[in-house]
Amino acid sequence: MTDTLMWRIAGGSGDGIDSTSQNFAKALMRAGLHIFTHRHYPSRIRGGHTYVEVRAGEQPVRSRGDGFNFLLSLGDSFARNPSEDAYYGNEELKPLTEHLDELNEGGVIVYDTGLIDEEEVAQIGLEERAEENNWHVYPVDLRELAREHGREVMRNTAGIGITAALLDIDTTYFEGLITEAMSGETQEQNLEILQKAYDRGKEFDITHDLRVPEGEHDREMALLSGSNAIAYGALDEGCRFISGYPMTPWTDVFTIMSQNLPHFGGISEQVEDEIAAAALALGASHAGAKAMSGSSGGGFALMSEPLGLAEMTETPVVLVEAMRAGPSTGMPTKPEQADLEHVLYTSQGDSCRVVFAPANVREAYDQTRKAFELAYSYNLPAIVIYDQKIQGELRTVPVDFFDREPTSGMEGVLSEEELAEAAHDASGNFMRYRHDVEDGSNPRSIPGQKGGRHLVTGNESQEVGHISESPDNRKAQMDRRMRKLSSIREELDEMDATHQSYHGPSDAEHGILVWGSQQDTVFEAVDRLNARGESVKALGVSDLMPYPETEVTAFLESVEECLVVEMNASGQFRGLTQRELGRFGPKMTSLLKYDGEPFEPGEIVDGFESSLSGGAELSGNVRLEPAAGD
Amino acid sequence: MTAFTAIDTDEQAEKDDFTPGVEPQPTWCPGCGDFAVLKALKGAMPEVGRTPEETLLVTGIGCSGKLSSYFESYGYHAIHGRSLPVARAAKLTNPGLEVIAAGGDGDGYGIGGNHFMHTARENHDMTYIVFNNEIFGLTKGQTSPTSPKGHKSKTQPSGSAKDPVRPLTLSLASGASYIARTAATNPRQAQEIVKEAIEHDGFAHIDFLTQCPTWNKDAKEYVPYTDIQQDDEFDFDVTDRREAADMMYEAENRLYEGEVLTGRFYRDEDRLTYGEEKRKTGEMPADPLAERYFDEDAEWARTADELLGRHT
Repeated sequence: MTDTLMWRIAGGSGDGIDSTSQNFAKALMRAGLHIFTHRHYPSRIRGGHTYVEVRAGEQPVRSRGDGFNFLLSLGDSFARNPSEDAYYGNEELKPLTEHLDELNEGGVIVYDTGLIDEEEVAQIGLEERAEENNWHVYPVDLRELAREHGREVMRNTAGIGITAALLDIDTTYFEGLITEAMSGETQEQNLEILQKAYDRGKEFDITHDLRVPEGEHDREMALLSGSNAIAYGALDEGCRFISGYPMTPWTDVFTIMSQNLPHFGGISEQVEDEIAAAALALGASHAGAKAMSGSSGGGFALMSEPLGLAEMTETPVVLVEAMRAGPSTGMPTKPEQADLEHVLYTSQGDSCRVVFAPANVREAYDQTRKAFELAYSYNLPAIVIYDQKIQGELRTVPVDFFDREPTSGMEGVLSEEELAEAAHDASGNFMRYRHDVEDGSNPRSIPGQKGGRHLVTGNESQEVGHISESPDNRKAQMDRRMRKLSSIREELDEMDATHQSYHGPSDAEHGILVWGSQQDTVFEAVDRLNARGESVKALGVSDLMPYPETEVTAFLESVEECLVVEMNASGQFRGLTQRELGRFGPKMTSLLKYDGEPFEPGEIVDGFESSLSGGAELSGNVRLEPAAGD
Repeated sequence: MTAFTAIDTDEQAEKDDFTPGVEPQPTWCPGCGDFAVLKALKGAMPEVGRTPEETLLVTGIGCSGKLSSYFESYGYHAIHGRSLPVARAAKLTNPGLEVIAAGGDGDGYGIGGNHFMHTARENHDMTYIVFNNEIFGLTKGQTSPTSPKGHKSKTQPSGSAKDPVRPLTLSLASGASYIARTAATNPRQAQEIVKEAIEHDGFAHIDFLTQCPTWNKDAKEYVPYTDIQQDDEFDFDVTDRREAADMMYEAENRLYEGEVLTGRFYRDEDRLTYGEEKRKTGEMPADPLAERYFDEDAEWARTADELLGRHT
């Protein structure tokens, strides 16, 4: 018996898989369930196997779960190679064949016989496998249903109707969404297809036990992605300028901002490359706007030099980095957490930046706001690092979570009245870079302000901004800039709610450390482990620079051993932790995954048990990297 | 009510106001053409009626990049090749600023060539001065994008096998709406051209020939020069793209034959600036964005009110 539905819709890229899954997810949210979605798509415009998984439960769902239990296979209508011995296999069939290894026992399969040839299905031995695994298979001609009552492209709607019939979902929620999103003939046809498909589904002799769980929300919920949350956090914090260049998966944030900024009275610029994108954000910020830019790995590499310029000139800016599997072009649509060191250290000279890695929608919103707040009060760059997983997954969040006040105005700048009182040199230049500020941070003036003129330069500079290579000045300026990081650490440590997340019993014997997008999957694994009698707790770290030394030290001291879970091959976060804390090397074992798929909770459970006993089997494409000294 | 009272003031600045009160010792060599750019710029500013505090001078890296150190205004000494993207975003954020960008030929036509092309294409209302000395000076004499074919240097010991960049032609093809070439040896024309460029509504590009007496000794001092507007040999319509293109091609060829043709090569007064184009599409706020952060009465929309409804 499963307490959650894990419904997977699979088809060709361009078949409307994404929008259909979003509607399905939203309908279940309205029905009172908590939602989590997981997207898998290829790097091409049309065709190629794509799927979205929607997990729905009565209780909040934290991860995609292990495997799935309902497959709606639409076939790939854009397939170019409908032959089994093609280099990439039979693409038309992939939305069915590629999923069978992950379908749980007792699972349900619906496939479109209009597109997927039943003879070929027989050839792949579906019947035998179904028998072995107790799968329940319902072949149905969705294409014909769609053609008969509307157009072929509406076979997705037919698939939803069949799903509703097989799982006992009230179709009212789907009807509501169709009515809201469509009009005229399209609306009528879709409603008709939904109903006809539902009726067709009810004609089946239903042999499976799986039904949609029941739930009820005590307050209104919203369904959002991490990209939404980053963009909305930026807008609520007063960001009104974005510059960028498209690159998966960062494009999502860029698109959301670009579509909404005109309405918020802001400016969006799509420019020639990422060097320009970052440089424009600096120019806009210097001229007095809260500005952001961003990219994914390769594009962010191009931003290295402007990033260093922001550190040296103390021009505030927020950059976001949406990681994907590297190196180089890597796997453009697959998540990985291998850009951590890149983001922490890229650009020449010592790093002086803030880096946050949110774990989910809520953290993405909060930490993006905090990134702007710190960037614009301490006048330095702040980076939000996330990945393709957070970018695309939709999660339910209470609407009142977003009931916040926007930030008006800008910290870290002086008004003309304040400038009149501020220190100037004999030339009348504003002393922008004074050595003697306690927290390291000097307020700035904005071009056009009376009494604020000064030179800003990427060279080392004197207090008034002119280029200087004096050793004493150099040391004073470096010390002052680096002092901003310790001031920020103090400020973060004094916040009411820390950015770090704790899960599990505080007196647990064992620990799991995790950062960014894998946090909530780890938390789900922790629950399962404790239910099995293990004694485990987890710490999810979001502050990567300045590093939360006190919190992580206390956590590591309190456990006997610690598993560090991350999606890369070299254990970058474990390395950072050892570097920052200077000890605990022998306590930390890495559990690594870098095959382009995020961790499933079961893989973490197995990894944990294997790291303890040394004998248990690992599952999936994961690897254990022993602790230092082992 | 403005938070930027230096912009559009009634104050009249003098040439000396653009000289820093505590003047840094210039790093330029004696006889360097860069002094002429500084002089022309200082001379042009009072003529266009702008003051130091409403002017943002964004510079690149190299000897030319030091211009912002010797010119009194708001200055932003950026990184190699990236002055234009910094400058154009500042202009979008606060259109009341007088925005000037400057850098060398390596900066503008080499490492920053992509930005040059796109900033010209977008026709931002700003001025771009390229110090063209046909050499990398500060790094001590390497071949630059405008070095003539065959030019020998430490990094091209057998002579450059490349044709040089054609800065004027490139500018025209990219979309600049004011294109001129002047020379350090022609201070009167230089100041006039800088003034015109600043007054021009749109992207104004000046290819400013600045001799490098240290590293480009075999290069001419850019004398004698010919002003194409003054010489009867050159009768062309500066507003006609095709005629301008021919004139540019001629001038670029003759420079390498030792003849320095300077003057105005192209002017399009009708084309809208990027800010105007963007305002037409509704993607640029009516009031300067920079003002909003200082305006206590400004309204800040909430995503909870504006955007959350689509997710429920």
